[in-house]
Amino acid sequence: MSQAVLETDTAPSQRMDLLRFATAGSVDDGKSTLIGRLLFDTKSLFSDQLEAVEAVSAARGDEYTNLALLTDGLRAEREQGITIDVAYRYFATPRRKFIIADTPGHIQYTRNMVTGASTADLALILVDARKGLVEQSRRHAFLTSLLRVPHLVLCVNKMDLVGWDKAVYDKIADEFTSFAAKLEITDLTIIPVSALNGDNIASRSENSPWYEGPSLLHHLEHVHIASDRNLVDVRFPVQYVIRPQSTTVTDYRGYAGQVASGVLKPGDEVMVLPSGLHSTIAAIDTADGPVAEAFPPMSVTVRLADEIDISRGDMICRPHNAPAVAQDIEAMVCWMDETAPLRVGGKYAIKHTTRTARTVVRGLQYRLDVNTLHRDENAGELQLNEIGRIKLRTTVPLLADEYRRNRTTGGFILIDESTNRTVAAGMIIEAQ
Amino acid sequence: MSQAGHYRVSHLDALEAESIFVMREVMAEFERPVLLFSGGKDSIVMLRLAEKAFAPARIPFPVMHIDTGHNFPEVLEFRDSRVATLGLNLVIASVQEAIDTGLVRELPDGTRNRIQTPVLLNAVEKYRFDALFGGARRDEEKARAKERVFSFRDEFGQWDPKNQRPELWSLYNGRHHPGESIRVFPLSNWTELDVWHYIARERIPLPSIYYAHDREVVERDGMFYAVNEFIRLRDGEVSETRTVRYRTVGDASQTAAVLSDADTVEKVIEEVAATRITERGATRGDDKVSEAAMEDRKREGYF
Repeated sequence: MSQAVLETDTAPSQRMDLLRFATAGSVDDGKSTLIGRLLFDTKSLFSDQLEAVEAVSAARGDEYTNLALLTDGLRAEREQGITIDVAYRYFATPRRKFIIADTPGHIQYTRNMVTGASTADLALILVDARKGLVEQSRRHAFLTSLLRVPHLVLCVNKMDLVGWDKAVYDKIADEFTSFAAKLEITDLTIIPVSALNGDNIASRSENSPWYEGPSLLHHLEHVHIASDRNLVDVRFPVQYVIRPQSTTVTDYRGYAGQVASGVLKPGDEVMVLPSGLHSTIAAIDTADGPVAEAFPPMSVTVRLADEIDISRGDMICRPHNAPAVAQDIEAMVCWMDETAPLRVGGKYAIKHTTRTARTVVRGLQYRLDVNTLHRDENAGELQLNEIGRIKLRTTVPLLADEYRRNRTTGGFILIDESTNRTVAAGMIIEAQ
Repeated sequence: MSQAGHYRVSHLDALEAESIFVMREVMAEFERPVLLFSGGKDSIVMLRLAEKAFAPARIPFPVMHIDTGHNFPEVLEFRDSRVATLGLNLVIASVQEAIDTGLVRELPDGTRNRIQTPVLLNAVEKYRFDALFGGARRDEEKARAKERVFSFRDEFGQWDPKNQRPELWSLYNGRHHPGESIRVFPLSNWTELDVWHYIARERIPLPSIYYAHDREVVERDGMFYAVNEFIRLRDGEVSETRTVRYRTVGDASQTAAVLSDADTVEKVIEEVAATRITERGATRGDDKVSEAAMEDRKREGYF
């Protein structure tokens, strides 16, 4: 960690946009080194943090400053040398602010990878050039596609240890590309790097003249994410009804929420679900005044021209473009509870957009082996970190889209009603 | 979708929208939320976000100050004026009162950061608060980097880092049994610099001590402490007048100032963008106790 190679000004401004990415891999892949390198090269690593890590590293007798300690924040993690939980890290360049969800890579932490990927615009997977693709790389690629992370980057790391051999890189790249083709991965970028030496991290390396693509940071700064948002299907889950009890503001009734997708404008004809009643948008308010349009991820307050009964959990959409009003749901779920498995017949609370209902598991069609993609149709339950396709029946209708079309109105969580634990993440395949 | 450029959202807009969503979610799902308001910059920003989340209605919950009794007068004054302007209900949980009634015992070194925790938990129980908004950010400290936006606390107010609920998409699970509560951190994804950019953009007033001013200070362990009723000169120490500002505001007996000429928000932004030391590292004596000082305090129920 010596030279800072980023040549541009690193002072972030107010005009940046935001990119969230999830990293997956184990310490052995050099993931922590890579993150440390990104933070260091963008001047986001502070000297007191570095000193603290150096001190702990020295006390443990590490031969080099172990940058994994930067992200391993908890006592148990430091003591056991493992990463338990998703850690969030932040850095910025003049173009973008980045939020890293740093997830541990071990098999038992599928839960964490799913959690980190759920909000990610991009997933970054590392492989060790000497080892090539391993089971874990394929699992991470599969989870990226399952969670519909729009962009995937594969960093072939430790290229310095294979002499920057293009053939090694090509073999891994080819193998990964053909595996990714079986998954629904829309945007794949593969970069040869040495995280330890900073090659192709903040700037292009002279060690890989055969590589014509961008450095990792350049790619992160420029990958086009604006079109990832769904600006077509108007979905506005009503979160909270604002009705001031005040003498100065009277007769105000606004529906507060965050735009899940689509563009809303005053004058638009809308339909409210589940009632199916129609109205017109009278105004879209924010604390800073009314706006001419609202789009994701804006938090706004919508007022309608007609007085109709609307409450939390309802959805404002367009008359000819509405989500399903559905009590029978088919979905992929990742089971996240270590205390009890998912069983057919099990009853849970389900939280979907701003709506909470109860649900019963009607069927488990198959359990998916995330390494081989084999479907076990005889599985009777899902244990912690297992993924399967299930059928649910809910007490009240959900206003749902397919997850592949809409990550906000297609995702849900299941909650154990006795322990209150979040026990599953679900991605809707079909709702009727 | 060539129109996407038109629908550009800056990082501050995205952070603001997320924080507002979180606050509305709490208001919709909890009985008795409260916002922890210290008069520090993060809680001031949080209060502004609460104004925005519920406008044109008033902020629909009270604010609570865990008052260590070790305050900067400028900050208390600011707190009271904000509360009055916004027409808020202010609950004060006093550490001094808790010492006087025997709930907590003064520590030998006289610092009160750590003994805030029982006072906080006592107030939560007394007022039956079920959701507490805190201004903590994940970039502040490594234990906080693993904190959830909705952070479950058991009936003893304890944080169990190994047993946190997975947090997916923007589906927050705030369910809890009576006596348990949720700490909610709407600024989780903000950095110190984001907070300052937002303060500049929104023209949010702050207590004057956040900007450069002359103050009588004493240098101790490389940090500059104000000489006042809480910090007295020890033998051999000499005080001097320096131009300083505060990067954080905590227990006045433990919070240090930094040397700075930044007397405007723009200059502070420049300074923060260039600094090489974290804000807690630069200003908090309490975090230097051990590698896991923050984690330990959080486990006990600290903010």
